[in-house]
Amino acid sequence: MSSDTIALSTVGPDARPIGERLHDWIVTVDHKKLGIMYILYALFFFVVGGVEALIMRIQLIVPHNHFVSPEVFNRMMTMHGTTMIFFMVMPILFGFGTYLIPLMIGARDMAFPRLNAFGFWMTAFGGLLLYFSFIGGNGLYGAGTAPDVGWWAYAPLTSHAFSVGHSTDFWTLAVLATGIGSIGTGVNFIATILCMRCPGMTLGKMPLLAWLNLVVGGMVIFGISPLTAAQIMLCIDRYLGGHFFDTQAGGSAVLWMHFFWIFGHPEVYILVVPAFAFVSEIVPVFSRKPIFGYPIMVAATIAIGFISFSVWAHHMFTVGMNSNGNSFFVLTTVAIAVPTGIKIFNWLGTMWGGKISLRVPMLFCLGFLFQFLIAGLTGIMLGTAPFNWQLSGSYFVVAHFHYVIVGGIVFALFGAFYYWYPKMSGRMYSETLGKLHFWLFIIGFHLTFDFMHIPGILGMPRRIYTYEPGRGWENWNLIVTIGAFFQAAGVLVFVFNLLWSLWKGELAGNDPWDAWTLEWSTSSPPPDYDFAETPVVRSRRPLWDLKHPEDPDWKYE
Amino acid sequence: MRAGRRGEREGIGSKQMKCSGQTRSLGRKIAGIAVLLAGGLLAASLCFGAPTDPSQSTNIFQPLSTPAHSIFHLSMLVLAITGAIFAVVFSLLAYSVAKFRKRANDDGREPAQVYGSNQIELAWTVIPILIVLVLFLATARVIRSIQDAPQPPGAIEVTAIGHQFWWEFRYPALGVVTANELHVPVSNPANSAPTFLTLLSADTDHSFWVPRLAGKTDLIPNHPNRTWIDPQETGLYLGQCAQYCGVEHAKMLLRVYVDSPEQFKQWVEAQKRPAVGDDAVAEGRRIFETTACVNCHAISATIANGRFGPDLTHLMSRDTIASGIAPNNRENLRAWIQSPDSMKPGSLMPAMQLTDHDLDALTAYLVTLR
Repeated sequence: MSSDTIALSTVGPDARPIGERLHDWIVTVDHKKLGIMYILYALFFFVVGGVEALIMRIQLIVPHNHFVSPEVFNRMMTMHGTTMIFFMVMPILFGFGTYLIPLMIGARDMAFPRLNAFGFWMTAFGGLLLYFSFIGGNGLYGAGTAPDVGWWAYAPLTSHAFSVGHSTDFWTLAVLATGIGSIGTGVNFIATILCMRCPGMTLGKMPLLAWLNLVVGGMVIFGISPLTAAQIMLCIDRYLGGHFFDTQAGGSAVLWMHFFWIFGHPEVYILVVPAFAFVSEIVPVFSRKPIFGYPIMVAATIAIGFISFSVWAHHMFTVGMNSNGNSFFVLTTVAIAVPTGIKIFNWLGTMWGGKISLRVPMLFCLGFLFQFLIAGLTGIMLGTAPFNWQLSGSYFVVAHFHYVIVGGIVFALFGAFYYWYPKMSGRMYSETLGKLHFWLFIIGFHLTFDFMHIPGILGMPRRIYTYEPGRGWENWNLIVTIGAFFQAAGVLVFVFNLLWSLWKGELAGNDPWDAWTLEWSTSSPPPDYDFAETPVVRSRRPLWDLKHPEDPDWKYE
Repeated sequence: MRAGRRGEREGIGSKQMKCSGQTRSLGRKIAGIAVLLAGGLLAASLCFGAPTDPSQSTNIFQPLSTPAHSIFHLSMLVLAITGAIFAVVFSLLAYSVAKFRKRANDDGREPAQVYGSNQIELAWTVIPILIVLVLFLATARVIRSIQDAPQPPGAIEVTAIGHQFWWEFRYPALGVVTANELHVPVSNPANSAPTFLTLLSADTDHSFWVPRLAGKTDLIPNHPNRTWIDPQETGLYLGQCAQYCGVEHAKMLLRVYVDSPEQFKQWVEAQKRPAVGDDAVAEGRRIFETTACVNCHAISATIANGRFGPDLTHLMSRDTIASGIAPNNRENLRAWIQSPDSMKPGSLMPAMQLTDHDLDALTAYLVTLR
């Protein structure tokens, strides 16, 4: 590594008037500002989607509850799912990717900065459009109704016969707009990672985060496109007299399911692979060892990317495919456990023999490992079609995918927040509050989602606004609701920690974690140009080489 | 290629770590948490049969029909395999956190830098592949045994049609039409009488799920499906719609009555009789026939032949109304006709704005439809 130059710091009060500074953020094409805007935008929707979840949990706390009407419950369930997938997890992961990828590959910005801004503003527009349905869903005169067709919006519930007014159109157009933004971001990730790496950084020397986001970029392009196409077809059905999904005119409800899930399953990996990326960066640093088996980690990620496009119909085992079709999708579904298992083993291999420091980012990664293991195992249960005939559409599935998304992805995200917060803000978060957040959230998580499996096994279907007493579901639902409030408390502590530390946190310095990737070589927060001088690297851990000139990595890779 | 290269150089493991008091106490803590968790789940599983009335149970682990049994056995295999994987991986995770935690008296040196090991990585690729193969073969076998089971000549044929938000059951060979409460004969080795269902939908997607009898199969418009059950004990089995179908998805309940062969025969005979025509309730009948009721409901031997709502010919032979949400008696029937929305908000049956007198007369007529 020849570039020992550490960039000049630009930290210091910005004296310009607030309007001018805001204007800066609106028109910016800087990947760091766009990344932070993505993240803040997603955090806002995280809170909104969380409130919707709490409304549902209060309704289900006892059987035959009257906290909300069935209509409101169905809207909450639709909005919660749509919000959390499209306007919380995806933007927040894109935000971290946008912020980190150029810094980690030694670039000064993304390959297409304007496309980057376009992607963010399309996503922002999509979210506002979706929530405008509360005001304009029935047309302004009829006052609002949010969409209530569920986040898969199965045909023919979305046809005019069953969904009057415009609420479904708000859903369709919001997802369509966001999808176009996402495809742009996917293209941008790929172009940036392939073309903008600093000298010396061959593909085999990229940080894993860059590799994993390269795979995500590809999956976004091939996964979001069918969804976008399906939304256009649905618009044609609803406004131009098409009959793609109109069963009353000979259209096919199953066609929509195929379109939706060939997006929907890769989507799970679009969300979880960036989470893998965070864990693959954080676990080595807090174990003080390089990632175990880098090449096989890359290979496993690519394998996941490919296999994830061949498993979609495991969401459709109850739809009535023939036995050969069902068997095929069982095979592909359980096969994806192999590369995923390799990843878990390699993280364990990274920790093995290390010196594990249980700081907050690492705690969240350990939570991720534990929960993602269980999520994977319940995934195998759901992947065996006959077991799925019992479990699908029940609360067991709800528990399973929240284990993936909250227990896996959101835990990794919180880890990433605490890990890169010093880089983004220039200040350290409060370790005490971080630990309080961790314990509140993990207790709440397990109260909610461990016990949510059981009513599913006892025959409780998902998406019901109320349920009958006497089937043994009551106690479990009570515990699940209590857990939801623990999680909410944890998130409040988290938000408070972020804000409070911004004013009161200790200055972080360039490299608070004694880490090894390029983003820690520049100041915190990084200057507009990221690096004063383009870095040159010789190994996967350029800062290790710098700190241990007597024993550099490049001798061994 | 890189197996522990630097590790060898620095003597991997040589300077490593006797279990200090601190790591031991952490190990104990983790073990304690694991025991608690396992105990909690065990206690939970013991409570699985929690419903006080066993006929209320919809537990998938209390199967009483061949498809549900096959699934149960497969699920036990899957649970055993996944449980074993969990035990191994969780132990490794807990052990590495406890053993390799940075200690208070750490010397500040970096640990041995190990990049990987081809042998180990090969092992943890090949072993999962073998597990996957076992799982796949076991699963494919059960899929075939359930999905491709031939229909024996003596099987009962039923067509189930999903409606927003109720179930229509037709027995084409027997000439019976009913709603929400499916009657089937018990099936045992001595007298095998499975029921094969053709699943259709009149509007949106639904899913037929009676957990103790079989896994669920969707009812999709333009896409006929099949499923079958052969319940081995008489009694009542509950289920409900398991595919979101609109506002009242939650109240689209399903009841399966498994009768002895004699009871089933009697039930079929009773269902085939035309509706009772009792002159004492002629006024109620006139109200029924001159109101919009007839557009949606059918009563045999009258002018009412609507197909949109449940067939009422033998309304009082059913235990519940409105798709299983309330006991079928005079009070509930009257309240239902007066205002369907207050019992089942979003139900497609309109309130007919009848006067109290008309309501009483109409209810009096309906309760004669045995």
